[in-house]
Amino acid sequence: MTYANPSLDSVGRLSAARSKILTRMALGDRSFHLVTRLCAYGVFILLAGIMLSLIMGAWPAIKAFGIEFLITRRWAPQLDEPILGALAPIYGTLLTSFIAMLIAVPFGFGVAIFLTELCPIPLRRPIRVAVELLAGIPSIIYGMWGFFVLGPFLAQYVEPPIVWAFQDIPVLNVIFGAEMISNISLFNASLVLAIMILPFITAIAVDVFTTVPPVLKESAYGIGCTTWEVVTNIVIPFTRVGLVGGVMLALGRALGETMAVTFIIGNSFKIDGSIFSPGTTISAAIASEFAESSDLHRSALMYLGLLLFILTFFVLAAARLMLMRLEKRAGA
Amino acid sequence: MSHYARRRRANATAMTLCLLATTIGILWLFLILFSLLLNGLPHLSFEVFSEMTPPPGETGGGLLNSIFGTVLMTALGVGIGAPIGILAGTYLAEYGRYSKTTPTIRFINDILLSAPSIIIGLFIYGIVVVPMRNFSALAGALALAVIVIPVVVRTTEDMLLLVPNTLREAASAMGMPRAHVVWHVAYRAARTGILTGVLLGVARIAGETAPLLFTAFSNNFWSASLLKPIASLPTTINSFINTPDANMKQLAWTGALIVTLAVLGLNVVARILGAAKKQS
Repeated sequence: MTYANPSLDSVGRLSAARSKILTRMALGDRSFHLVTRLCAYGVFILLAGIMLSLIMGAWPAIKAFGIEFLITRRWAPQLDEPILGALAPIYGTLLTSFIAMLIAVPFGFGVAIFLTELCPIPLRRPIRVAVELLAGIPSIIYGMWGFFVLGPFLAQYVEPPIVWAFQDIPVLNVIFGAEMISNISLFNASLVLAIMILPFITAIAVDVFTTVPPVLKESAYGIGCTTWEVVTNIVIPFTRVGLVGGVMLALGRALGETMAVTFIIGNSFKIDGSIFSPGTTISAAIASEFAESSDLHRSALMYLGLLLFILTFFVLAAARLMLMRLEKRAGA
Repeated sequence: MSHYARRRRANATAMTLCLLATTIGILWLFLILFSLLLNGLPHLSFEVFSEMTPPPGETGGGLLNSIFGTVLMTALGVGIGAPIGILAGTYLAEYGRYSKTTPTIRFINDILLSAPSIIIGLFIYGIVVVPMRNFSALAGALALAVIVIPVVVRTTEDMLLLVPNTLREAASAMGMPRAHVVWHVAYRAARTGILTGVLLGVARIAGETAPLLFTAFSNNFWSASLLKPIASLPTTINSFINTPDANMKQLAWTGALIVTLAVLGLNVVARILGAAKKQS
């Protein structure tokens, strides 16, 4: 008995209907491939588009101020010939992010150590979720809360004693000094930023801590190390690259954070060295002035945006490269 | 023995500090929720959802137009951003898994994922608002879409990579074309994960303020037009909280409570979906 392939006719060719369906499928396959590919390359286009539109918007300001924009302190958009410099917002951005990291990094690592080494297993997930939900709260809520709740508390109970304690010590009395303590200050903005980036640091630290092979930890415990010694001698050295990556990722967030900071920082373009006085950041300056600006002022704000994008781009790129290195090692 | 005691003391101190850090970390969440409830709950009533935003100096009023604006722009933003993100994620995980450009695309996507949202606002301002010469709901939705895309690309790719290759091979062995394998096998297996990604995207943009400030702007009146400025909850909160008007300030707190609960709710739902997936 001979076997007849139902899709072939008597002379062995594909039937017309069958080959039509096959052509259609091949065509569908090719077009789906093309569409997904276009969307993926869309990511490139998006990055290039952001860069280009920022450069185009900033072009008049780049022509007018050049590279000196970076080191000019004055910000006077109301003049007939506006003098605009980015030094104050750059200073505020870097300072607030630095203080925020100083607070959030030890806290984040502490939470991560607790979650991976100490916490009873049934409690791990709920605690981790609670900390990570902090990342879900919209940034404007942090801003309001920082301004109306946290700010007054700090201004009344925390900052006056600090100012008083440092008033006679040179240098420190500038950093911790204040003409007037209000609920608007660089320090308050930094503290709110620290709370906002805490979940990012914790999440990544927990992820990289769990990549440590249990055998390594068990052998350290086996020779009599305490939990703290296991953490400092085994876990942290093993995950160093990933931890730095996570910290950089959080730094990228802190640098670009807008609404929370805009509320609390006061948008004042001065640099007086004190952390308790008002200041501004790049994103706060854009958020509070862009709608009312025009011409060169608007272009200068675009220039600020371009600087911020370049800054965060490099920080985030470095963070991702470090995390990728760790992933490669964990995969190997 | 004293060396041993010192080591034990160091350990106890460090571990207490870790416990303290965790307590304080969780405390923030509850402090923020508590002050939102304290300030927002007393005025939470049906009128908030049924009436328009009030002008200064009046009592009553609600947030209907802002809530509508937020829902409209979020829906449009996800409607535009999610399909693009899913398709791009599909390319990275399926067709282009071994292509040389894939690591670069993934890298750029990860950077866009954490890019400052105000920059996205400036970008859309430059390419949509300036040529159209006015602020519009459409511009706001596009800004939100740009924020959603990297979130969805990332989760879609991750979820598709989790689908076992043997499933794809079995389907291919039966003669299914690649597109069918993706649609009927890979998508079906990764469905919950992809949905989780989309939900996380919604949660991310529902509370965004910065990219809307100079794209959708704000509007004190009812508007359903895509080509006109439109109010949204976050921008309304932003302008009402800074007014001296007590009634408007109250509404801002109530709006803040609504936004936060909605966003946290979405986050929790997404997490439960994600967890159910992992266990099965």
